[in-house]
Amino acid sequence: MTDTPMPDNAAKAPLKRKGVKRRAFLIGGVAIVGAGLFGISIADRNAAKDAKARITGKGEHSFATWLKISEDDAITIYSPHTDIGQGSNTGLAQMLAEELDAAWDQVRVVSAPAEPAFANVGLGRGFIAELSGQPAIINGIPQSFLSFIARQMNLQVTGGSSALRFTGQMTFQKVGAATRLALIETAAKRLNVPVGELTTQDSRVIHAKSSQSLRYGELAAQAATLSLDNEPKLKDPTQYRLMRQSMQRLDIPGKVDGTAQYGMDFAIPNMRVATIQAAPVRGGKLMSVDTAPALAIKGVEKVIKLDDAVAVVAKGYWPAISGLRALAPSFSDGGHAGISTASIFKAHDALIAKGEADGEAGEGDVQAGLGDKPIEAKYQVPFLHHAMMEPFALTAQYKDGKLEFWGGMQDPLATKMMAVEVSGLDADNVTFHPMIIGGSFGRRLPMYMEIVRQVTQLAMQLPYPVKLIWSREEEVAQGAYRPQSSALLSAALTDKKRIAAYRNDYAQPESAEDETVFPYILPAVSRRHFAYVSNQNTGAWRSVNSTQQGFYNESFMDELAHAAGEDPVIFRRNHLKADSRHLRVLDEVAARSGWNTPLPAGRGRGVALVESFKTIVAMVVEASVGADGMPKLHKVTTVVDAGSIVNPDAAMAQIEGGTIMGLSSAIGEAITLEKGKVQQSNLSDYLLLNMAQSPLVQDIHFLNSGAPMGGIGEPGVPPAAPALANALFAATGKRIRNLPIMTQAKG
Amino acid sequence: MAIQTSINGKAVTLSAEPDTPLLWVIREELGLTGTKFGCGIAACGACTVHVDGEPARSCSVPVSEVAGKSITTIEGLKSADGSLHPVQRAWISAQVPQCGYCQSGQIMAAVALIEKTGRPSDAQIDAAMTNLCRCGTYPRIRKAIRAATGQAAQAVEGAV
Repeated sequence: MTDTPMPDNAAKAPLKRKGVKRRAFLIGGVAIVGAGLFGISIADRNAAKDAKARITGKGEHSFATWLKISEDDAITIYSPHTDIGQGSNTGLAQMLAEELDAAWDQVRVVSAPAEPAFANVGLGRGFIAELSGQPAIINGIPQSFLSFIARQMNLQVTGGSSALRFTGQMTFQKVGAATRLALIETAAKRLNVPVGELTTQDSRVIHAKSSQSLRYGELAAQAATLSLDNEPKLKDPTQYRLMRQSMQRLDIPGKVDGTAQYGMDFAIPNMRVATIQAAPVRGGKLMSVDTAPALAIKGVEKVIKLDDAVAVVAKGYWPAISGLRALAPSFSDGGHAGISTASIFKAHDALIAKGEADGEAGEGDVQAGLGDKPIEAKYQVPFLHHAMMEPFALTAQYKDGKLEFWGGMQDPLATKMMAVEVSGLDADNVTFHPMIIGGSFGRRLPMYMEIVRQVTQLAMQLPYPVKLIWSREEEVAQGAYRPQSSALLSAALTDKKRIAAYRNDYAQPESAEDETVFPYILPAVSRRHFAYVSNQNTGAWRSVNSTQQGFYNESFMDELAHAAGEDPVIFRRNHLKADSRHLRVLDEVAARSGWNTPLPAGRGRGVALVESFKTIVAMVVEASVGADGMPKLHKVTTVVDAGSIVNPDAAMAQIEGGTIMGLSSAIGEAITLEKGKVQQSNLSDYLLLNMAQSPLVQDIHFLNSGAPMGGIGEPGVPPAAPALANALFAATGKRIRNLPIMTQAKG
Repeated sequence: MAIQTSINGKAVTLSAEPDTPLLWVIREELGLTGTKFGCGIAACGACTVHVDGEPARSCSVPVSEVAGKSITTIEGLKSADGSLHPVQRAWISAQVPQCGYCQSGQIMAAVALIEKTGRPSDAQIDAAMTNLCRCGTYPRIRKAIRAATGQAAQAVEGAV
């Protein structure tokens, strides 16, 4: 883009209408006022210059912040999202390159700098639109997610299955299209031909009439001086050649030959390695520690006491962890020693029994509809751990008044701002370099980035760079878990096998309302939230509240079908709107799974239908009970309607993996507490599904109804647990109401 | 006491303390970071390397135990001309990795399995491929192993 920022009409209107003030966009004292279409504010000329200065060198030209075209035709796309493995950066590149008509083999995508000039306004706009009462273009990010954005102002966040839906559609396609128009305009002047006679293909502007063409690289310098069109016309999908194609992911080659550099892999000269133990009872403080046993170990250089943790700094990880293990620190329990898994469930029961809800949603007279003898069932799910394969690792260096640090977090900009706050330095003196992430699933979100605080505190007092690595033990014990939650489901049936009234009373820290889509049409339905907060950090775990709510509702629907003496698919059909997307997805999964075909003895099929992040997923699991009493998965059939898909194979991978994560959590995963402390220690007792336990066959089908684009990273998870539990009921007659399943279905 | 060993065909002398796990010697002393730290207790397999051709979880092998042995890491799989190992190529064709962090270990485990069995059955794949993947890439790992050994991509239940 030019140094003159573009007009800002699109974002201004909703801002004014409901009086959402620009101060909402203050990030740690750095103004992101205005929120222009392409990410640079109208009021902050310096930000525009800053963005350009940070990414362009000689022979390189910046367009609308997110795109750089070099005179040798190389195209670099700056993504404000962190690719945590979901492939969204390749998808974003496809969207921009599609509208730009770029030659795909010249496109590369890199992380945008963690600087306010690269704040993700595509996401911010969705947020503004929601706050102002304007429907967001695609309105699927949960309100809770947006409100935490409002609180934290972490505008480079990756989450809420938002990358392609928001950033892609609201920014990147438009950047590509507007830049293409500027290149055409430049070519028209240079060739002295009308704009209408020019076409584009493979990074060239072509004048067919005169058989002339110009490379984007030779047009870029001049095109970059033009004002870009704010609302360029986008391609009709019939013209797509990159979008809706299974382009190979750009990040994969480096992930098969060992060259991809994760935060864990970063190293600089003179660097030391630290590891840490925080108070095992969350909320506790470090009382005392005798540092001598650690310092006696060869390679250990320092023991550093923090308010709630002790860290050992050494020449490498092995002496550091050996030193930490040699210590016997004394921590307080913060008054939380009475908290256990059992005490939390007991508190849930008491809150629900008392009946004073903290929030209620629904419609109709549920109390009257339930009558005297409702069907009731209590469900319970445990805390879940993210268990990303790469434990936390950040490297920081404080030198000459400047703090620089490296690693992988889901919100690079918020990461930087947190270090600014902890260090007390000016934002200009703090630089964060985002790196590839070895899995996250919600764990590396800004509200629980305590490692940023820790590494900043260590680096500020050390004369050399330090890489802080969390051991797996620390990572398991200090999670930001999916909350432990309970639900009391109740319903009444009519004599025509229909639900008369349905109530879902659930207890957990926060309302699940924003991630709960209850698709069934009922005369009376109520969802009541009972708030209970323990000492644990709880947060977003892939698909957030949709996992436990999907398990509750879809298991109980199955119970009601059996109570009504109706087939579970037909029972669901009878409560769905005719011609609805939900109905089509359900019918398709029934047909593809061979729902009514016979099964070998001991096997059962279970179905579940869950919408999350605007994507509808129906799943049929075929399962039996193995000789060891554990569930055995034979086949999973899945039908997905995400509206449209940018990269079919990458989307398929997300549904495959999401399903396995959902099944894994259902079968074996639980974080339990005793005396306020997590009882699990490592991946030896926090049990993830392995290859042999995974379904041998997954049949996945996308419907692509053309509805507004839904998310794809998360929606594969929620239906897995209820579909499996329902399959085990069909196979054994045993109803699973508590997760994990483990050997509960054993005969 | 210096330990003599061979890494990816090159003789090296290591200065690490003898109880240091091989993983940390590979990563910190030799700077080969393709081999990953996941759990430290041989539960996840992200640190899998070959020791004399056998898969080993290097986080739980003291470096003193590999004296005189031959170690291969993910960086050593490529041919001398820099071309990828057929299993690595199969991994790209099947678009296996998501976050990718476990994949060096998965590939090392798969290469060892294929070298041993030639054409592993699904049961042999299940038995040997115990490395964990949180992204859930297991179906594609299976597909890539099958493709790399000339088998149809899709597994069939009950087949041997």
